[in-house]
Order: sequence, then C-alpha cells, then structure tokens
Amino acid sequence: MIVVVDHGLGNLRSVAMKFARLKVEAAVSADPAAILGADKLVLPGVGSFDAAMGNLRAAGLVAALNEAVLERKIPILGICLGMQLFTRGSEEGSLPGLGWIDGDTRKLVPLPGGERLRVPHVGWNTLTAREGSPLFSGIAPGERYYFVHSYAVFCDDPEQVAAETTYGPTFASAVRRGNIYGAQFHPEKSHHHGLAMLENFTRLAD
Amino acid sequence: MLVPRVIPVLLLRGRGLVKGVRFKKHVYVGDPMNAVRIFDDKEVDELLILDITATAEGRTPPLDLIERVADQCLMPFGVGGGVTRVSEARDILSAGAEKICLNTAALEQPDIVSRLADAFGRQSVVVCLDVKKSWTGRREVVSRCAGRKLSGDVAQAARDMAARGAGELIVQSVDRDGTMEGYDIELTRAVSRAVDVPVIALGGAGSNEDLRRVLTEGEAAAAAAGSLFVFHGPRRAVLITYPDKAELEAIRGTTTHRNQQYEWDCAT
Repeated sequence: MIVVVDHGLGNLRSVAMKFARLKVEAAVSADPAAILGADKLVLPGVGSFDAAMGNLRAAGLVAALNEAVLERKIPILGICLGMQLFTRGSEEGSLPGLGWIDGDTRKLVPLPGGERLRVPHVGWNTLTAREGSPLFSGIAPGERYYFVHSYAVFCDDPEQVAAETTYGPTFASAVRRGNIYGAQFHPEKSHHHGLAMLENFTRLAD
Repeated sequence: MLVPRVIPVLLLRGRGLVKGVRFKKHVYVGDPMNAVRIFDDKEVDELLILDITATAEGRTPPLDLIERVADQCLMPFGVGGGVTRVSEARDILSAGAEKICLNTAALEQPDIVSRLADAFGRQSVVVCLDVKKSWTGRREVVSRCAGRKLSGDVAQAARDMAARGAGELIVQSVDRDGTMEGYDIELTRAVSRAVDVPVIALGGAGSNEDLRRVLTEGEAAAAAAGSLFVFHGPRRAVLITYPDKAELEAIRGTTTHRNQQYEWDCAT
C-alpha cells in the first residue's frame, strides 16, 4: 500500500488517483500508524514551505516520517514542495525542513549578469538525469516535465542529485539519497512519461 | 530549455462548454469531459477551464467536475470563476487543479491575490486581465465579463497584480475574443515587458501562425486559445483539435530564434 501523506495542502487526490490508474493500491492519510505501516510513501505539496512544515508538525507527523524513512527505510517520493521539505530549510520560510537531503531551498533568481528570468518557472522543461537513476528508467532522455515553482533545491553533495534542470541557475530537478526520492516537477501532470516515472517508483524493490 | 506553452481554454456555462465572440453570442460546443478526454489524448501542455457565469451567479465552479477532470488529466489545469475566498480556492486545489484563475475578485478586492499567494504560493495564483478598447481606442481593464470598466493603465494594473502575488497573468483582448483575427500583439508585448512573471496571451487566435507570432513578437510565455481548438472551417463546425508534435515545434521552435541569432553572432 502506498500512503500519500496528507499535510492538508494541495493536490493529494490527483496523485492518489494516478496510482489507481496504475492499479497500485494507494490511500491518502495523516495517520502516523498508516505512515509507519506503508510499503511506500509519497509527500506531495502545493503551498508555502512554512504552511506545509507547520501542518506536518501540528499533525504530529514529523516523528512518524523520520522513523518511517530514516529507520524503517520506507521509500518516499517527495513532489514539488514535498521534495523541498526534504532539505534543511527554505528561503520561503523560517521553519527548518526535514533535513534528509544535504541542501537548501532557495528562490530562483537570474544569474549575475544573466538574462531576465520570469519567476515562477512554469511550464515544460527538460532534465539531465544521472545515469542509472531508477526513477527515469525506460523514459526517453529528451522528455519534458511540467514544472511550476518559484523556489528550487540546491544540493551540497552532487551524489544526491538525481537530475538537473537549468532555468537561470542549474538546480536539482530530482534528488535521491538511498530510499529518499524527490522530484521538483509534477510527474502526475507530466503526460504518460510522468506516469511511467510514478510506475518506476511503485516498482522499486526496497 | 523551457518551452512556451499552447493552452486550450474551455468556457463552462452550467454543465456545458460554450464559446462566444467578444464575450457575447455564446454557442454550445459540447460536453466538458468529452473535450477534456480528447485534449488529454492529445497531450496538451495545459488546460484552462473558466466558469463564465459563476461570478454573476455568486458561486464557484462545480467541484465534482474539477475532480473528474483531475482524475482524467495527465497534464496541469487551472480553474477560474467566482472565487473570492481562500477556502474556495483550497477546495478547488484539493479537487486537483494546479492553479486558481482570478478575474473580477482580483480587480475589485485585490487583497484576495495576496491572501491566496500566502496560502498556496504564488505559482498557484493566476490573474486574468480582460482588456477592452474604449470608443477612443484606449485600452481599459474591465471586469464582470467586460461589464465594468476599471483601470485605463493596463501595464500598471499588471504590475500591481504581480506585486500582490499573481504568479502568472493572462492578458485577454475582449475585442479579439472569438474573432480568430489574431492576438492583440501590442497589448501582449506591453504587459510582458511590464512584469517579470509569465504572461499568457488570450483572445483572437485563428491559426498556428497567430500562436507563433504572439510567442515571438508578443513576447508571451504561453499562447492560449478557445475558438482555434474547438471550431473547424468557415462554418465553425465543432471539432476539438490541437497542433500535432511537428506543428508545435514550428509554433515554439521559432521562439528559439533569439538563441539561433546568438549562435550566429558568436560565429561571426
């Protein structure tokens, strides 16, 4: 059973429905017991960093997520803001993040002396995936994914970057650290290859 | 590289889809879910669904329909119509939409823009500026389906909405709506240059060439259209269409013209 973690903000239902389309059992839940008992977890997110972190804290889910992900090693996929919550923190807010990925979430700004940059970064963009990255297995390298965000993840350790995208700066459009996976784009809204990425996640062995 | 988007716009009236000319003479063009299924098959970049009677009827778009669209769609979509409260926007986003599109509320009580941006992030908030020429030829921002005149300074209204937290702006020419005579390029370019958020052009598209032109000459980040994607032929028979992959490359490809120019410059 895949549990889509409910932190009270955004697009939980449409993520869960995509798993239904893949014939994988999925439920939306904010219950710590369900999170600890899941085969896999998904942390979606629309909204602002502090609102989402605040909701996770208020619902008592931070401890459950830490135990599920760091101790029980349950695979988790963070989507958009969900992935940003994996970092130490965000320029968008003041609350600390989950700190699972060694990196920070920063506002997208033009490179010094660079061209004008329209922010938010909205639309279809390509990415460069690390070779052998399981989430992108079987997906054509030139595919574009749907992004809609003003803040982006910058990792300290290039080993934790699963894919990169350039919009002004080059940022981590996907991350991976062991059982922790994240995507800045929306696989659930990225046509059939996005669905294929979700399917890859459901097929991860551990 | 980020590519400019091509966005079909569906106008909802009651439970049916309609399309008009200059915000009037709306005709029924079909069932919304049928259109959404076809656009999903065609893998469109994004959809925009606007409930054009919601504000006048003091309600928001039907949530069950938004849920069905979200379940069907493997692409993002925005929803507009009658939203005046954070709780209403939350319901629409929870139903599966990516973005809330504001028009009348944003212009008449602009606080709602910043409240939605604070609650959901500015990337979830789109403001549509409807622009109509007065009898003197001056462009004015209008609300309530072009029923009320507001600012005469379109660029300033655009900057104001972006400053309040709009993550994207739609600039719609009421005068071109449904005419299929081409976008108001000058208007689109003026708004694109006034703000640093993406600008979506709407109103007047009648050909793929119109889409290409508004993305290049109009400097828009996205080209949205209604009639072009729902009508076919001189008799305006209803037929849902969308540019195929090769046509899309042509519409978008020329927008990399600046990069090509740059490479040329480097070579010389």
